[in-house]
Amino acid sequence: MDKQVTLTIDGKLISVPEGTFVADAARMADIDIPVFCHHPKLEPVGMCRMCLVEIGRPIRDRATGQFVLENGQPKIQFLPKLETACTNRVEDGMVVHTQSESAKAGQKSTIEFLLTSHPLDCPVCDKGGECPLQNLTMAHGAGKSRFLYDEKLHLEKRKPLGELIYLDQERCIQCGRCVRFQDEIAGDPVIGFDERGRSMQIMTSSEPGFDSVFSGNTTDICPVGALTTADFRFGARPWELEEFPSICSQCPVGCNITINTRREAAADGSMVIKRIMPRQNETVNEIWICDKGRFAYHYTESKGRLTRPAIRKDGKLSRASWDSAIKLAAENFAEAGKNFVVLASGRLANEDLFNLKSLADHLKGDAVLYSEIGGGELTSAIGISPDTNLGEVGPGTTLVVIASDLYQEAPIWYLRLKQAVRRGATLIVANPRQTRLDDHASYVIRYAYGDEVKTVHSLDKKNKIGEAFTRSENVIIFYGSEGLGVEGSAALASACAKLLNEYGFAGKPNNGLVGVWQRANDQGAWEMGYRVEADLPRFLRGKVVYLVGVDPAGDDPRLAKALENAKFLAVQDILESATSELADVILPAQAHTEREGTFTSGERRVQRYYPALPVLGETRPDFAITAQIARQAGFIQEGTSVSAAFDILSETIPSYAELSYSKLAEVQPQWPVVGRGDLYYGGTTYENKHGLGAHLTTTASRGENVHILRVHRESAPRPQENELLAVPVTRLYDRGTTVLPAKVLKNRIGKATISMHPDIAERLNVKNGGLVKISFDGHSGEALVQIDKTIPAGVVTVPRSMGLAIHEPVPAKVK
Amino acid sequence: MAFVVLRHRDILDIKKLEVYRQNGGFEAFQNAVKNLKPDGVTQVVKDSGLRGRGGAGFPTGMKWSFIDSKNWPHYVVANADESEPGTFKDREIMESNPFQFLEGVALACYAVGANSAYIYLRGEFWQLAGFLDEKINELNDAGLLGAKLFNTNYSLNIYTHLGAGAYICGEETALLESLEGKRGQPRVRPPFPPAVGLYNKPTIVNNVETLTNVPLIIQNGAAWYKSLGTPDSAGVKVFSLSGRVRKPGNYELPFGATFRQLIYEHGGGVLDGRPVKAIMPAGASSSLILVDEKALDTPMDYASVRTLGSDLGSASIIVIDDTVSIDWVIQKTIHFFKHESCGKCTPCREGTYWMMNIAERAHNGRKDPADVELLHAVARQMQGMCLCALGEFATMSVVTGIDRFPSDFKNPVNLQEKIV
Ligand SMILES: Cc1cc2nc3c(=O)[nH]c(=O)nc-3n(C[C@H](O)[C@H](O)[C@H](O)COP(=O)(O)O)c2cc1C
Ligand code: SF4
Ligand code: SF4
Ligand code: SF4
Ligand code: FES
Repeated sequence: MDKQVTLTIDGKLISVPEGTFVADAARMADIDIPVFCHHPKLEPVGMCRMCLVEIGRPIRDRATGQFVLENGQPKIQFLPKLETACTNRVEDGMVVHTQSESAKAGQKSTIEFLLTSHPLDCPVCDKGGECPLQNLTMAHGAGKSRFLYDEKLHLEKRKPLGELIYLDQERCIQCGRCVRFQDEIAGDPVIGFDERGRSMQIMTSSEPGFDSVFSGNTTDICPVGALTTADFRFGARPWELEEFPSICSQCPVGCNITINTRREAAADGSMVIKRIMPRQNETVNEIWICDKGRFAYHYTESKGRLTRPAIRKDGKLSRASWDSAIKLAAENFAEAGKNFVVLASGRLANEDLFNLKSLADHLKGDAVLYSEIGGGELTSAIGISPDTNLGEVGPGTTLVVIASDLYQEAPIWYLRLKQAVRRGATLIVANPRQTRLDDHASYVIRYAYGDEVKTVHSLDKKNKIGEAFTRSENVIIFYGSEGLGVEGSAALASACAKLLNEYGFAGKPNNGLVGVWQRANDQGAWEMGYRVEADLPRFLRGKVVYLVGVDPAGDDPRLAKALENAKFLAVQDILESATSELADVILPAQAHTEREGTFTSGERRVQRYYPALPVLGETRPDFAITAQIARQAGFIQEGTSVSAAFDILSETIPSYAELSYSKLAEVQPQWPVVGRGDLYYGGTTYENKHGLGAHLTTTASRGENVHILRVHRESAPRPQENELLAVPVTRLYDRGTTVLPAKVLKNRIGKATISMHPDIAERLNVKNGGLVKISFDGHSGEALVQIDKTIPAGVVTVPRSMGLAIHEPVPAKVK
Repeated sequence: MAFVVLRHRDILDIKKLEVYRQNGGFEAFQNAVKNLKPDGVTQVVKDSGLRGRGGAGFPTGMKWSFIDSKNWPHYVVANADESEPGTFKDREIMESNPFQFLEGVALACYAVGANSAYIYLRGEFWQLAGFLDEKINELNDAGLLGAKLFNTNYSLNIYTHLGAGAYICGEETALLESLEGKRGQPRVRPPFPPAVGLYNKPTIVNNVETLTNVPLIIQNGAAWYKSLGTPDSAGVKVFSLSGRVRKPGNYELPFGATFRQLIYEHGGGVLDGRPVKAIMPAGASSSLILVDEKALDTPMDYASVRTLGSDLGSASIIVIDDTVSIDWVIQKTIHFFKHESCGKCTPCREGTYWMMNIAERAHNGRKDPADVELLHAVARQMQGMCLCALGEFATMSVVTGIDRFPSDFKNPVNLQEKIV
């Protein structure tokens, strides 16, 4: 596969892998061949004719297959026409001229043709300053137009393709990159070309328009300012922006991002985030991010930020000094002993979670991860091992997804698995209902809600699927929480882990168990030794609770009640919430955009993020607040240097051994080449200069013994005659506190929507889109109905974080 | 001489299956399936010198031998898109001599190991599609198509498919895209269809007329066919004659007949006895031939027409007399190509649009010499740059028109404008 081919481009002798296109070969050799339609991640189409070059091929003797020589050199034959560098593959002995008179004339011609219809409104164009057309026009364009200005086409300049992406029809150069991205990479072919010839225009065929969670990426690879996001449109000029490397905090994938900020008059002269852009990490997100990651960042600027410590006095929260707040918290924690509970969010940094856990350990309290998925300790034991790369797995690897709708829960994983199938990997998707990934699966298993463990046990049966599983060289299982609560998912994890272990799919690259967590750093919490609690309301009663980054009271009235009945509440968070209302002490924290730290992704890759915004008010980083409390309680923790905190962590937690901030900041050359000078090629995605991160080891990969407990699960509840089984499902756009402030996502978030089979809808006499009342577990709320024939009869799916406090399957009444 | 392709002009009822069979119909196919190896059929077609009638004149037998035998299944597609202005031969063939065409399809399928063939018809041929469906059903009923033919293991089905009205869908890769249900836009070539065609499988695309020649070639032998026509261009050709002639229509003549013979002996000469000024031998895609006595006596075969600085293409001979301004002619062709450009590649999409702007300006009375020069320059600039041949076609009449008829681009043009 890795056979090298040697050719000459502009006199430079280079060797590249067989099958490489000339345009890519040139890029590898740092030679610029201008391209518009070509993109290194997309199939070649040869549409724009920008990359025309002279290509010569050595003549071979027909009989012997040897090169025909001329003066001792192979004789080279050039075609009379220029050829497209993006569609021709390299051949041994090929000679390419990119700078000859005729090649330059060809490139100049294409630019001239493009500009006949292009408005060149660079001064008001969002792409101006980072626009391939602008740059290539400067490099290859003529000084003067031969096209009569008055005859320029006038087309619509603000055509919404959906509410997130706008099209400027005049600027579009019909390169088809956006269409092909949606088709080939995203698998959501919802935009296309309408009409033909000069009337050809991009249009959307979906309802709502441009219905894809990857739509923002098209604005990165659009080589002109034709596609812009509703969020950034007319927001700033690219050269005014500062760039800060970061990690997306919205899901366990851990996409590498760049945060662009600017000082904003409209925000009283303070620095604000203008946009989130993908940053290349070929082992994580390549050069893509999902729309949630791109648009859901406004929460850090929310009016409801907590900026100063407060203490409850006479029943009212009032401003306090950090010293007194910390002292109060520390006293209460220390007194509580085993009644002390840390309830932490997976949104926190590894360093935060580490300090919190050691504080809990020191005080002999408990450290609980606020999550509805159990079994995570098994991913620490037999999770993905170092050197795993989902971007490279192919034939010989079987990927299993069970109880998870990856498109909704971890969009970039959906994309990576889909691409792995294209490279030849086997994909088994097992879910109780249809999901987007089914279309790309080699095998689809449909089971009844509640039969998850049984389904895992059938994966090594003597049938086609069983063979695909057992005979595979490598197996990775992604397990999620579709229709499951803490106990159900823990049982599922244990079944998966047992099976993987039994067949030796653990402890080596491209093998192991992955949890599709709810938050960016749940994995870190599992590695640190946190546990989850199935019955939080009961558990929290009477406790001294240190709530960090969580809002149980806002999520569930039963939890609110439990907190009201707790002994003492210290709330450490960035935003005001129903929980902070109940606090005895408030400890205002910095958002992850305002500080440094690390996350551990679901693939168990530790990655660094850097501060992008100045510190707000009196806020402090979580790990530092915890360290100050610990110090008050007589226990020394690192509270100043986050990298030193990480060093202590890595000395303590075996899977992090030998990792350090400098190791995490290492970069290696990545393909394709992207970045500032290569905008025309890879798009406006950012180059990774600040670290690709590093993988954790597992118990198995360290060669230690793995113990997997069989987790027993009480059988699923049985709905009564007039009840349905309500099961929790996860949607990408929910009403989470970090998502809701993103106004552009308003329509996509929508109202809580429950799905049911048409027969059930008929029985209940409800219509598609109708409003119903759903009640379960003493809790009730309103929801819209979506009729979906892929939902099993007798079941109603209820979205998490949409105002209906569902945690696990429960019998429900729908009216 | 007996007709080879337009045999219905000899045998009136040949569109009836029994009449076609009485005249030897389907013997070639039956014989091939029962007694010949597929390669044997290809060899005969190769030896006959048959060249594609769709425009490019590519040797048919050679094309068939390029089919990739490592990748299956194979398909045959009959190109019945017939959209070149001035071309109307395939329609007559399919309407009047359908079985010979269908037998040609069947023989091509057998030769390349295809069990399914598609006839891609331009949308306007919807009645013809229904008619062909009937004929295909008759063949199925008669056991001449379908499963396990003539007690062998060979099975064949033929289907018709209607396009939606785009000239570009005559281009073979755009046709395949359209047949697959996608936008009719050309693919990058190579790979060519015999390697990667319909549904990415090896596919042979042939013109209707090309295929209609095949049954008699198999029946009468390669030598017989070669004896018709010229060494360079074997056999007979259906010339679609139109323009300023008395008797426009299809004329089947051996290759090598002269323009003069076609226009004056068969076409009854030019209207009003005017002299021929120009000929477009390949419809709107032609390089314009500047006509003099020598040009009129030039044989119509691929090589000879090239000596006149043009190409025979699909042999749709449009005759232009001295009442017609070339300036008007190219305005029409530019309009056509601007309308039909699929828009996929930059030079054609933008170039045809740009040429249209200039040509309209020039034609609407403002004949600025600089504009004529610009028009010529834009056309030249498109050449060699486009993704498919349509973009090249669009420039042919423009460049040759301005080069060869310069006085028609000067003010004032005191010619009557007549409809060609
Ligand atoms: C723009 C364009 C239009 C074409 N239209 C037709 C057509 O209508 N009918 C046809 O048979 N070939 C047409 N062709 C040629 C086909 O691409 C192809 O060469 C032909 O069908 C091959 O068949 P043949 O080898 O039998 O000629 C067209 C080519 C181009 C570039
Ligand atoms: S919108 Fe942009 S990416 Fe899409 S075709 Fe137009 S120029 Fe290309
Ligand atoms: S896939 Fe996950 S990590 Fe990546 S951008 Fe989307 S929400 Fe963020
Ligand atoms: S040359 Fe014209 S018709 Fe052919 S691909 Fe390009 S735009 Fe389409
Ligand atoms: S044709 Fe090669 S980059 Fe567009």
